[in-house]
Amino acid sequence: MKTMTVPLFFFFILGGLSIASSLMVVFQRNVVHSAMSLVATLFLVAVLFLTLEAPMIAVLQIFVYAGAIMVLFLFLIMFLNPTVLEGRQPLWWGLGFVAALLFALELVTLLSPTPLPEARIAPAADEFGSPQMLAHSLFNDFVLPFEVASVLLLVALIGAVVLAKREG
Amino acid sequence: MIVELGIIAAKAALVLFMVLNLAGLLGWIERKGSALIQNRIGANRASIFGFAGLGLVNTLIADPIKFLTKEDFIPPHGDKLLHTLAPCLALFPALVTFAVIPFGDILILGERVINLQVANLNVGILYIFAMASLSVYGIVIGAWASNNKFSLLGGVRGSAQMISYEVAMGLSVMGILMVYGTLELQEIVRGQGAPLRDWLPAFLKPVLGWLPAWGIILQPVAFLLFFTAAVAETKRIPFDLPEGESELAAGYHVEYSGGKFLMFFAGEFAEIVTAAALTTTLFFGGWQVPFLMRDGFYFPWGGSLLLPHLAVVVLQVGAFGLKVLFFCWLQILLRWTLPRFRYDQVMRLGWKMLLPAALANVIVTAVLIVAFQETR
Repeated sequence: MKTMTVPLFFFFILGGLSIASSLMVVFQRNVVHSAMSLVATLFLVAVLFLTLEAPMIAVLQIFVYAGAIMVLFLFLIMFLNPTVLEGRQPLWWGLGFVAALLFALELVTLLSPTPLPEARIAPAADEFGSPQMLAHSLFNDFVLPFEVASVLLLVALIGAVVLAKREG
Repeated sequence: MIVELGIIAAKAALVLFMVLNLAGLLGWIERKGSALIQNRIGANRASIFGFAGLGLVNTLIADPIKFLTKEDFIPPHGDKLLHTLAPCLALFPALVTFAVIPFGDILILGERVINLQVANLNVGILYIFAMASLSVYGIVIGAWASNNKFSLLGGVRGSAQMISYEVAMGLSVMGILMVYGTLELQEIVRGQGAPLRDWLPAFLKPVLGWLPAWGIILQPVAFLLFFTAAVAETKRIPFDLPEGESELAAGYHVEYSGGKFLMFFAGEFAEIVTAAALTTTLFFGGWQVPFLMRDGFYFPWGGSLLLPHLAVVVLQVGAFGLKVLFFCWLQILLRWTLPRFRYDQVMRLGWKMLLPAALANVIVTAVLIVAFQETR
């Protein structure tokens, strides 16, 4: 049993809260409540990243997921207003169960106590995860995939505009 | 360890104290300022137990008491939980943004060097935009939980407006980041302390080289774009479409009263303070006083005036406060001077004017930096 240090203490609080809020995503009947619980989960995971001294990932997590994608989700939910959930279908229950089982198996294999070889847990460089380092690897080592991804996003954007125009 | 934690807690408490009190004070300044502009007297009837002597103090105390003692009405078919949560979501982002804004350089106390900034994150400005992107929730959730058509329309308008102007705001800052080459706000402010001659082509150096390299001088277009977008983000006239009284009653907070309305109200004023502080930090040198170095003034025409360390710190923090106050006042002035836009005009301004202009500014800045890189 490890001794309780301050970071560990915060980790348990944050981890517990994020597990609780992610359970709320699944078990809430009200869709808007579910969506807001998901926002809370994403935010708490971002704070976990912050405690791991990875502010870049934390900020991107909030920026992209909590601040942009979930807002669109919420918009759709509010406009379609599905206040009453449809009846549970056995097929979905089955699929969900299989997916959960697979995920649990994966977690068990990940968490099983196989000690990592010493070489793989070398301390990270001071600059690791900083915006400079991220930009450096994006624009040097991965510049082609980066540009291809941006073209893909542009195509998706134009496609969305074209589809919207056709409807009107 | 304990002392370090204490210092951080003290800095956070000080910043929160200043922001919240300035937000409260701005409520009074707005009422008196609007009266000044419209040739009225303004708030002058607050008396506590018949004592009206201290005009300002009385109003400042009476306003919150009035808010807090009024009925807190929750619409019967609304969502009780989210209706209560929404004002908190509206106030939270405006307050936490301040964590990365530097309000001074460094304070040396004995052996200890204290960075006058609550959290020095290496992602700096990205943190601010991440927090700003969360402020949509207060409006959307408040609007939906009220179960009122005017509310929902206001909420939809508000979130569309905020998302649109966030894009222009983020892109307009890009020029500043490129010029000073960092995301950290403290470093951006330090970069603005250097003389302008490092940035200028040779023939301009003797003429303008003595000016401090503030953001407004290096990136004037970015300043206009950023300030416009920042005012639009606060959802006040001329961009107050989410709560346009003549169309939507009061928009997303039409069903709010009492303490919860006070929180929306305080959130709006905290956003004003945040916008002012950001404008100051990015474009007006933050805590920099022209020609003031860490040990005193060094004037470009020769001559210097050495000052003790504490005086320098007080001057810097004071300068930051004054600049922030100026931009708060400018936003109040804007609100009581300009007429309201139409909604389609707001959208057109955001997407068809600010966004292309910000993109053009990024490209021009990049070209200029590459062109003059040799000379620096």
